[in-house]
Amino acid sequence: MPWIPLSEIQVKGSAASQSLGEKKYFERLSMASSFKKALKSGKFLVTSEVAPPKGTNLEKMHHHIELLKDKVDAINITDHQSSVMRFPSLGGVLLVKEMGGEPILQMTCRDRNRLALQADLLFASSRGINNVLCLTGDSVILGDHKEAKGVFDMDSSQLLATIRRMEKGKDLGGNDLDGSVSFCAGAIVTPEANPIEPQLIKFEKKIEAGAEFIQTQAVYHLDNFAKFMDYAKQFPVKILAGIILLTSAPMARFMNKNVAGVNVPQDLIDEMASAPKGRALDKGIEIAGRMIKRIQKEKMCDGVHVMAIGREELVPDIISAAGLS
Amino acid sequence: MIRSITRKKSDEEIDRLLDGLGRVFIIGCGTCTTLTRTGGEPEVRAMKERLSGQGKLVTGTMILPVACDNLTGEALKEYGQQIDQADVLLIMTCAFGVQTIARQLKKMVVPALDTLFIGKENGIGQFDEICTQCGTCILGETGGICPVTSCHKGLVNGPCGGTNNGKCEIDSEKDCAWTLIYNRLKELGRLDLMRTYQKPRNHQGEPSPGKIILEASSQSASGQ
Repeated sequence: MPWIPLSEIQVKGSAASQSLGEKKYFERLSMASSFKKALKSGKFLVTSEVAPPKGTNLEKMHHHIELLKDKVDAINITDHQSSVMRFPSLGGVLLVKEMGGEPILQMTCRDRNRLALQADLLFASSRGINNVLCLTGDSVILGDHKEAKGVFDMDSSQLLATIRRMEKGKDLGGNDLDGSVSFCAGAIVTPEANPIEPQLIKFEKKIEAGAEFIQTQAVYHLDNFAKFMDYAKQFPVKILAGIILLTSAPMARFMNKNVAGVNVPQDLIDEMASAPKGRALDKGIEIAGRMIKRIQKEKMCDGVHVMAIGREELVPDIISAAGLS
Repeated sequence: MIRSITRKKSDEEIDRLLDGLGRVFIIGCGTCTTLTRTGGEPEVRAMKERLSGQGKLVTGTMILPVACDNLTGEALKEYGQQIDQADVLLIMTCAFGVQTIARQLKKMVVPALDTLFIGKENGIGQFDEICTQCGTCILGETGGICPVTSCHKGLVNGPCGGTNNGKCEIDSEKDCAWTLIYNRLKELGRLDLMRTYQKPRNHQGEPSPGKIILEASSQSASGQ
């Protein structure tokens, strides 16, 4: 969908609606997202993510979107990732849209109560943003505004249910909405969580609440992931395996120690350490590409979500290392 | 027994709050802050020594038996003269005690402690928050373990992605409430409760500030 200025949006008789014809214009606004179509197509999906900047200099984000927009099925824009205050994900998804890409709006429940979340969903919908990834959100304490109030008025499954309710024309207060919304809604799961059982109950609740797709936390033990998929395949949801680029052996050890549910096996750490000096990134790209290849070849799941935190410019290399470009 | 769990403010903050106030009367409490070693006899004595060392005049000290009790007013009268001589009361009780004392006396009060939570001593020197008094109790659906209190995010539909080996993402000393709830409900054969979707919580069970006025009829009914 081409960019439509805010002043023109959903206003009958506006220049945009007249130029297209009223009916066609409103049809286009409510058009299913291309990501939703891709989910239904059965093709092997690739999504990636871009983090907004701390500040108003959008150059780097612009560059990353430019690199990715034609190579992936959708680009997630993170929402104050790790509770670090940044340019908003809503602003980021608008930029993706403006640049002709397919954005996924990440929304956490950490910073907004149910009024603000619903309002942002209305705004997103009015701007043709139709993909939302629903997250509970990291604790405020982990971020850079440690004394802030963590809101958590809702959780990820409740946000999903809220979306489905709004699609039926009602807000959470039971009031009618003037103008409809339609979203392709997703959520996350941590296949390596310990203990796993409570996580799986939550996973099932997210699907029941309306998740159409799941992007997983990073997986490295693909045999374990295959077992998770044996279980997950029974549910009507598309699953994209999380791939985080390893940038060095110490980075892998750091994640093992500090990131919940991430477990890089020793053989991969050794492989990273074996890379010649200055070539660790190449090794990381090779490993990520190899993992994606195997996931696709063995038809483990429906696609991958590639994260190269701080190294987004390398995602195209990972995709080509996986033989997908 | 429920306890008010406190932690001493930093010396810097106490000094800032007492800046320019030369004469201080110190009040501790024989109940919760004695248990938590934040406002019992040894802590009051140490505070007196520290302030005296700074050149302040400590006009007196006392340990109220139960600072939050209505009898506090009577107990304070016994120290009337020493209290009158002070510029400020430095209070080493929980905030409930601070407010009870402030209501009785026309004196500026300075809390020496922060009141952290209403909790329970679950082992010697270990205090855990038990109830946040949210006003919409869901213990009947969680096997008697409160996720509103015991989950850092107060989540009611299961764990977040930050749960790590049964511990919380903010502190590896803190248990993940949802691991505890899962284990309890599994033991009780009631995991169906955890699988049930909980709608967004009512955060206005009793809009703050809480106030309950029993109706005359219900008072007489309870007296029958």
